[in-house]
Amino acid sequence: MSSTFDTVANIISETCDIPRDTIKPESHAIDDLGIDSLDFLDIAFAIDKAFGIKLPLEQWTQEVNDGKATTEQYFVLKNLCARIDDLVAAKGA
Amino acid sequence: MHLEYFKLIDRIVDLNLDEKAIRAEATVPQTSTIFEGHFPGHPLMPGVLLIESMAQTSGWLVIALTRFERMPFLAAVKDAKLRAFVEPGQMLSISANLVHEGSGFAVASAAVKRDGKLVCNADITFRVMPFPDPTFRASMERIAAEISFPMKAPADG
Repeated sequence: MSSTFDTVANIISETCDIPRDTIKPESHAIDDLGIDSLDFLDIAFAIDKAFGIKLPLEQWTQEVNDGKATTEQYFVLKNLCARIDDLVAAKGA
Repeated sequence: MHLEYFKLIDRIVDLNLDEKAIRAEATVPQTSTIFEGHFPGHPLMPGVLLIESMAQTSGWLVIALTRFERMPFLAAVKDAKLRAFVEPGQMLSISANLVHEGSGFAVASAAVKRDGKLVCNADITFRVMPFPDPTFRASMERIAAEISFPMKAPADG
């Protein structure tokens, strides 16, 4: 979890020019860090490459739009990192 | 090319779904109202249209890879370099390779060459989503036929 968070936080910091020390596990990528959807594509691209996965952004967006999930479930960084860990584990299974 | 109608590809000459690569050709028209302003007495193909030609070529690759089910919309252009002037009448070879296919987005690396020499290149990001409506898709299918897009390739892919 911590290494996943460090990798994700570094990606966000470099991609969006956000000071690294302001990025916390509890940070909401959209509400707290102000990352918009286009910047998040860059972040997703970097995360996909770094972890060898494909973040299911379309599925997540659909679930949020349908009221089946909240943005916090996917875009609070500690939750995002848990999803990434799950995807990495599923890839190796 | 028909600049006023944003038709920046004449024909697709190679499409390789295994290698996720495409190549198109286009000849810059001898005359265009665009050259009246860009520039008077010194006509040059606008750099933004060269970038658009790379975006369109990359976009057809994405359409092929998604079997004509999804439409790429230009979202970002990075590291665009316009390395040489392009003049009326010159023939261009436009190529693109898919760098990444994400969920709802794609990233391509594209280049334009003239007589084998690099003219411009860029990394291009698209949002990729279902066609907004059947009419839109039908219009894209008409353009596909005009530029020799191999409809059979995505169907077989």
